[in-house]
Amino acid sequence: MYNFEFKQPKTISEALNALKSDEAEALAGGQTLIPTMKQRLASPATLVSLSKISEMRGICKNDDGSISIGGGTTHADVAANSNIFPGLVTLAENIGDPAVRNRGTIGGSLANNDPAACYPAAALSAGATIVTDSREISADDFFQGMFETALEESEIILSVRFPVPSLSSYQKFVQPASRFAMVGVFLSKFENETRVAITGASEEGVFRWKEAERALNEDFSEGSITDFVLEPSGMIGDIHASKEYRAHLVKVMTKRAVKSAS
Amino acid sequence: MSNVTMTVNGKTVSGSVEGRTLLVEFIRNDLHLTGTHVGCDTSQCGACAVHVDGKLAKACTMFALEANGSEVSTIEGQANEDGSLNVIQQAFKDHHGLQCGFCTPGMVMAAADLLKTNSKPTELEIREHLEGNICRCTGYHNIVKAILAASGQDVSNIAAE
Ligand SMILES: Cc1cc2nc3c(=O)[nH]c(=O)nc-3n(C[C@H](O)[C@H](O)[C@H](O)COP(=O)(O)OP(=O)(O)OC[C@H]3O[C@@H](n4cnc5c(N)ncnc54)[C@H](O)[C@@H]3O)c2cc1C
Ligand code: FES
Ligand code: FES
Repeated sequence: MYNFEFKQPKTISEALNALKSDEAEALAGGQTLIPTMKQRLASPATLVSLSKISEMRGICKNDDGSISIGGGTTHADVAANSNIFPGLVTLAENIGDPAVRNRGTIGGSLANNDPAACYPAAALSAGATIVTDSREISADDFFQGMFETALEESEIILSVRFPVPSLSSYQKFVQPASRFAMVGVFLSKFENETRVAITGASEEGVFRWKEAERALNEDFSEGSITDFVLEPSGMIGDIHASKEYRAHLVKVMTKRAVKSAS
Repeated sequence: MSNVTMTVNGKTVSGSVEGRTLLVEFIRNDLHLTGTHVGCDTSQCGACAVHVDGKLAKACTMFALEANGSEVSTIEGQANEDGSLNVIQQAFKDHHGLQCGFCTPGMVMAAADLLKTNSKPTELEIREHLEGNICRCTGYHNIVKAILAASGQDVSNIAAE
């Protein structure tokens, strides 16, 4: 990989300053960025490590019942926290492997918006708010297609605020070589609406399956989506699974999510 | 170049590294602790697994400077004080948990990480904890068996494979 200048600020304001320099990039857990730099797909001149910024880590419950997760909080810390709701615990404890979970962060995962990543599905399904150094962005506006987000250059995710659903479930069909989702379905049931977000399947990245949401709003049961047929066009087709197979999996995994929601 | 200082297997070490120097490069090339292996260099295989501040990490997916001030343990720090194999290492030997041995340092570090928080893991828990460790030789069966044995569980009914 190309060399770079390494900076390790201790506060958010120092980090924002460091990120202003030319071709600077944030480094969180490095579980995506370091492999990308080795392949020379990224070659920042300055790498600003966020891992020593304690104000970006941790989980707390807000007065309105929602939970805030610091952008630098690792997957392992999310999985182990008692304030986290069931679907999100399942999601965090099944990302990659233990070593990846010890370093990878929620902020890094959302900023990267890999089309097969897990966290984007949770944020979109639960209707989370992405809190950055300059604004708050609703998950519905945040994800803008494969590896694309609403983040401006050098804008960083400080925390993510999740409303807590009364029932939730994450169902991941693992792509066995990469451990990412071949198809992942996150379901969140709130008092007056159910939201279903799908990852791993679409060429547009994470998306809400609104047809299923409407049906589940009327009748929250597996049966209400049994007859749906999802269009394979627009789905990802690759050596791991065809478009048709992914479309089929979306339905199967959504039914499982309904059945297992807790 | 920047200076880096950390504790490795209980000893304070320092060196001068580039930003891009990986932790595994520092461990192998600067400290000459070559027990930590590089299998894939793409974060997949776990041959480079070490503990950083008590947590399992892939040393090929971390910069040396990120471990500045940290406590690192590698396979070289696992043996008992008198130099004899520790209980996990001995169990790998007794139960044929290795063939070529290339994955073994990472396997032992992952096993030690598991047993720290789960002293009697089930077979499934062991397999899940080894998700990030790839072995091309053994088929994993005897690795799992060795870890069960290392945790003091009876493996006499598990067939040797
Ligand atoms: C073997 C393996 C298996 C994996 N399996 C899965 C899986 O099953 N599911 C899954 O979802 N992911 C998986 N991942 C990816 C993992 O979750 C990464 O940790 C995550 O995608 C990126 O987080 P990070 O903290 O490592 O970010 P980094 O790699 O450090 O950064 C990624 C990108 O995000 C930017 N960034 C980081 N933090 C912030 C921030 N706070 N604000 C703004 N931008 C930021 C960086 O500049 C960079 O562009 C896997 C990774 C590996 C190596
Ligand atoms: S060499 Fe680090 S994971 Fe393979
Ligand atoms: S013993 Fe050869 S790779 Fe595991």
